Amino acid sequence: MSIDRREFLKIAGASAIFALGGMAIVNDIVKDNLEASQFSPEPGALTARKWAMVIDMQKFKTEDDYKKVINVCNSIHNIPDFGNPKDEIKWIWTDTFEHTFPGQQQEFMPESLERMPFVMLCNHCDNPPCVRVCPTKATFKRKDGIVMQDMHRCIGCRFCMAACPYGSRSFNWRDPRPFIKKENPEYPTRTKGVVEKCTFCVERLAKGLMPACVEASNGAMIFGDLTDPNSEVRKALSSNYSIRRKPELGTGPNIYYIIGGADNA
Amino acid sequence: MYDGGKILFGILIFLAFVTFPFYNDIGKANVKPEPKIDTPEIQKLPQKKCVEPKAFMKAEHMKLLNEWRDSAVRDGNRVYVASDGKRYIISLQNTCMRCHSNKKEFCDKCHNYAEVNPYCWDCHIAPKEAKIAPKEAKNEY
Amino acid sequence: MLDKALTGSRRYWTWVLFLLAVIGVGFIFYLKQFSYGLGITGMSRDVSWGLYIGQFTFLVGVAASAVMLVIPYYLHNYKKFGKIVILGEFLAVSAVTMCILFIFVDMGQPTRIMNVILHPTPNSIMFWDALVLSGYLFLNIVIGWTTLGAERKGFPPPAWVKPLIYISIPWAISIHTVTAFLYAGLPGRHFWLTAIMAARFLASAFAGGPALLILLALIVRKLTKFDPGKEAIQSVSKIVAYAMVANVFFMGLELFTAFYSNIPGEMHPFDYLYVGLDGHAKLVPLMWLSSILAVVSLVLLIYPGTRRMEKTLAVACATVFISLWIDKGFGLIIGGFIPNPFDRVTEYWPTMPETLITLGVWATGFLVLTILYKVAVSVREDTAGIEIEH
Repeated sequence: MSIDRREFLKIAGASAIFALGGMAIVNDIVKDNLEASQFSPEPGALTARKWAMVIDMQKFKTEDDYKKVINVCNSIHNIPDFGNPKDEIKWIWTDTFEHTFPGQQQEFMPESLERMPFVMLCNHCDNPPCVRVCPTKATFKRKDGIVMQDMHRCIGCRFCMAACPYGSRSFNWRDPRPFIKKENPEYPTRTKGVVEKCTFCVERLAKGLMPACVEASNGAMIFGDLTDPNSEVRKALSSNYSIRRKPELGTGPNIYYIIGGADNA
Repeated sequence: MYDGGKILFGILIFLAFVTFPFYNDIGKANVKPEPKIDTPEIQKLPQKKCVEPKAFMKAEHMKLLNEWRDSAVRDGNRVYVASDGKRYIISLQNTCMRCHSNKKEFCDKCHNYAEVNPYCWDCHIAPKEAKIAPKEAKNEY
Repeated sequence: MLDKALTGSRRYWTWVLFLLAVIGVGFIFYLKQFSYGLGITGMSRDVSWGLYIGQFTFLVGVAASAVMLVIPYYLHNYKKFGKIVILGEFLAVSAVTMCILFIFVDMGQPTRIMNVILHPTPNSIMFWDALVLSGYLFLNIVIGWTTLGAERKGFPPPAWVKPLIYISIPWAISIHTVTAFLYAGLPGRHFWLTAIMAARFLASAFAGGPALLILLALIVRKLTKFDPGKEAIQSVSKIVAYAMVANVFFMGLELFTAFYSNIPGEMHPFDYLYVGLDGHAKLVPLMWLSSILAVVSLVLLIYPGTRRMEKTLAVACATVFISLWIDKGFGLIIGGFIPNPFDRVTEYWPTMPETLITLGVWATGFLVLTILYKVAVSVREDTAGIEIEH
């Protein structure tokens, strides 16, 4: 009697597992795709084989120059302001040379350079460690080089935050909505429990617009295709000495900094 | 039968639980939800038509939205070519909700009825509505 | 067999109710975390993993350590482990359960956890960790339950369990290696970027896990008629001694590389943990406590007199356990985040809700352990005196 019950439960369990597995497979094959429908990029979209940015620090003169690029990003992307560093979310921000390029500071640097704020954002690396470690492909690299974050898929494990050597990723420790000063109704907010970061304004590139910070920077931030020898970024890089953050880690960061020479001092 | 009383008691509790949804709804009005589409934006349309036929949208909108999401976010393809050849920008906030600016009367009606809580609105901003008259609400955009 | 867990003394039920109460409190605070978000914890943008992931890492070690009993018993036919090996296997089950729960409570979007299966990503170490952990849980439940079930009926375990037992040996090594790889492959986290991370993990696991097992065996012997065997405990204590020596040695290797090379990035996390960095020194007392306990435990374990006497052995095991818990369950994770990528220091300390949730998970693990041990002990008490050929 007891063996019969046992056997029954075993068989029932096994068949339930098979049935569930089979259902998943069938669902996958017979996906309800619309036959006639298809997807395509927007006609006027800006495209590249590898997007990159050159930040010409010589052109950041006043505090206002920084504010403009940071505020425009914050407002169009519905970035909350929690007013404390623990919950902080940032896509683009500033810090001093010493903290932007740790280990690269020199003794007796020009004082202006030492105190100058440097603009930081996601480096959209060639070999992004965040993408390598993500267990759900919620963060992934697009064909044009942009490291993208799919907030719908993110499970909030924060492995990417441990992996990013640039501190470019922020986690929503709590619901950000009450802390957004003025919502931009054309862009989503985020929910608690997901990781977010700069996306090089993919939503603007799709419409044929430059990233918002670039547009607001008055030429201090240059954006373009690194594989195109005639692009603005390539011109800037071939006529100036530039540095990148932590290139020795092999991540291949795509944000270049022009520090400038004597006139900066 | 050993422990007959206990078994019967157990069965009774089980039945009480299983039939809960039925007796819980007794006496409650059970009206079929009718999502409204009388928004100013839709009134303006020469032909009141969504991106796909009504029957399809009714049954498959969640799948379509999932495909839209993956196409826009993951593949960077932000234009949807409908089965009738018309093109639409893929955007929940800027395309779907521009016409269906009455989320409470449109989305929520059925979702509440069916007890489903899609998490779209945790992130996507719903159109401003309610207290403001529909005509003014439209001016918000 | 589970029915054995439904009958017990008053003491047994008091203990179970106590654990249920702690679980209840933890669960209430988890619900709070679920609605507010992980901001309820002490974690921040800079220290984005904390107590939860620390416990997870530590407990993977406890789980893996069952192999230290399985190898002598099943590979070398070391009969004296015949009674204690089941305690090791069930401890592994309980530890893996806690690991999975700690990962779960650390998720920002726990309802989406199946995305790991729906979108399998072999390049992510976390994907592999999920696979090996669930596999290890399965292996230990099946092995432990089957061998115990056979024993109850007075039969040797069925032949099909043998291959599973052999598989479980490399599998145990794999769970801790993969867990070490979570950390050891991240660019820019100098504290974790070390080739001996997996080796260190295994050494500390084979010290901490068996130390806990000795304590549990002593408790079981005191409370029940089941005796895991004095000699078995003595053999396990030698394993603890060797593993603890290896663990401290590996720690020394890390210190040498960091400080002899004099590379700031290598030294700073150690500075933060042991002397403080830029005026921040929250973890310094804890880390020194861990170091002192490690030395005390080594003295007690290496000197044969104190190792052989069960009272001092118990003290030694407790010091090993606490020392490693601080070092691995706390310092290792926090130290990896300090200083942050901008060479700044943000400190971390768990909050009250975070601590209560952590206690709740531990209580869940102990409940699983209590039930499994109750079954094992009851079966053993029933079959006492019957010798079984394996």
